[in-house]
Amino acid sequence: MRLQIRDLSFSYGSTQILKDISMELGASDVLGIVGPNGAGKSTLIRCIDRILVPQHGTVLLDGQEMGQMSSMEIAKKIGYVPQSISNTFPATVFDTVLMGRRPHLGWRSSEEDIDVVLEVLTMLKIKYLAMRDFNEISGGQQQKVLIARALAQDAEILLLDEPTSNLDIRHQLEVMEILTKLVKKRGLSVMMAIHDLNLASRYSDRIIMLNGGGIRDAGDPVSVLTAENIQSVYGAEVIVKHEAGKPYIIPIRSLGD
Amino acid sequence: MPPETADMNESDIKEEYTRFIGRKILFIAILAALLILIAGIAASLGSANIALTDTYSAILERFLPDYLSPSNLATNVVWNLRLPRILMGIAAGIGLAVAGSAMQGILRNPLASPYTLGISSAAGFGAALAILLGKGVVEGEYIVIANAFIFALLASVIIIGIARYKGTRPETMILAGIAIMYFFSAMTNLLQYFGDADAVKEVVFWMLGDLDRSSWDTLGLVGIVLVLCVPLLMMRSWDFNVMAAGDETAKSLGVRVERVRILSMILAALLTASIVCFTGTIGFIGLVSPHITRMAIGGDNRFLLPASGLVGAVILVGADTIARNIIAPVIIPVGIMTSFIGVPFFYYLIMKKGREYW
Repeated sequence: MRLQIRDLSFSYGSTQILKDISMELGASDVLGIVGPNGAGKSTLIRCIDRILVPQHGTVLLDGQEMGQMSSMEIAKKIGYVPQSISNTFPATVFDTVLMGRRPHLGWRSSEEDIDVVLEVLTMLKIKYLAMRDFNEISGGQQQKVLIARALAQDAEILLLDEPTSNLDIRHQLEVMEILTKLVKKRGLSVMMAIHDLNLASRYSDRIIMLNGGGIRDAGDPVSVLTAENIQSVYGAEVIVKHEAGKPYIIPIRSLGD
Repeated sequence: MPPETADMNESDIKEEYTRFIGRKILFIAILAALLILIAGIAASLGSANIALTDTYSAILERFLPDYLSPSNLATNVVWNLRLPRILMGIAAGIGLAVAGSAMQGILRNPLASPYTLGISSAAGFGAALAILLGKGVVEGEYIVIANAFIFALLASVIIIGIARYKGTRPETMILAGIAIMYFFSAMTNLLQYFGDADAVKEVVFWMLGDLDRSSWDTLGLVGIVLVLCVPLLMMRSWDFNVMAAGDETAKSLGVRVERVRILSMILAALLTASIVCFTGTIGFIGLVSPHITRMAIGGDNRFLLPASGLVGAVILVGADTIARNIIAPVIIPVGIMTSFIGVPFFYYLIMKKGREYW
């Protein structure tokens, strides 16, 4: 197991967001976190990367308690891909990806760092964007650049917060294909908070369904994405169809309170 | 395939990136040369007319006595009268611009500067307190300087204290700074309202900001602070770069955001305090030099910090030279002149660039 999470709880002030979450992320695993708005998906990801510090519980990274690790040590292993960023001051795509080298870097960027950035840009087929301003490229391109940055970080575990939410269907698929390819090629472990249940189903090995800060259900897509689960957690009536061993959700109507 | 996905060659990008970095280094080199030139011109201009070549040989004679023979007049005027003032201008320009760049970076706000964060206005209040009431943290001739320094630091201690208590979100720190600015200017106004007319005039003069009080001694003190603080801020360039993308991103890349923000704030405040206590409030340099630099070479803090320091020095020394000579023998305070020169230039850049920079 790469990540073992035990009894993790987090509150903002007196509002409890996460309650006693326990879960695991294995090597070369794609784990989808689903759940309605406010279920705690993003908070869970931020707690795992220690962007937020959980009040209770432990997270073990390769068996080591993360609370005892320095932020640099964590940054060398875990890459966080936010939904979007907006640079306050302009930065080129190249420099944005180069930021991923921060945990490995001295004041000067070495030849090696530049080569790593080029390699990653090539892998994601976004070399042509290298000298463009990050704030001026499209949402899909930005998402790829942010993934590129996490790869430049040499992270073995990627935590993604809604990687597809701003994208059209082609770019959604493209981003998901990039991720699954990386899992195969580099042995990365991926954990992503994702709204789109069909994408979650299509690309996740396992799914965790959160509701109200706790785990409602966990397992493979077929066992978690059932009409009953979706109805009780989301308050929506759906039909679940199966195609090539994966469940797909057809929305019918929202159920009133 | 759409044309945009026809990918560029890897070595092409590497070359382009190298050129991209090269342009920034070139910009810094040109600024350094420009600064030397302007400093030379500044040292040659004044009530005693000295040729530019004589000026440079007077400066260099100290280091190469065997090769150069400047006139006595040149040596005297340049070393005793003009150089301390010019070097103080350079030091103040570098210090305020680097402090401004760092503050804008850590607070992710293009409006942050020593002036907008209340540090300068607190210094002004400290000086007013000393001038109008003779009250200060020390007795004697340094009372104004010491007061200005202590109050400038006090303002930043308050901002940092609030940040520690309420979290170091940039918005909190900026609002705290702006509130402090209003508070201290109200206090200064109150003192002036009840003050004696001559003393009030002195306070107003102090706050305009000028380099008249420069001497080798004050220069030494400012120099020490500069040598300590500027490199420490520059070492944080990568952290500032990453923090520009947001606290979350910075944390996920291993930057201890709160710590970096508070330490950098302390360094920037120390820089500002040690400069404005000698020069009065020269506000504009710290705000505008980082922006001019960003327009020229972009926001990479590794280059932004040194380059904006040089831009600040060039503007301040250039403005002071004009201020000394335009209606000589009257010397216009450099605080006024930097705005007269800086604002039109800044507007010109905004109009010309027409691209979004913040």
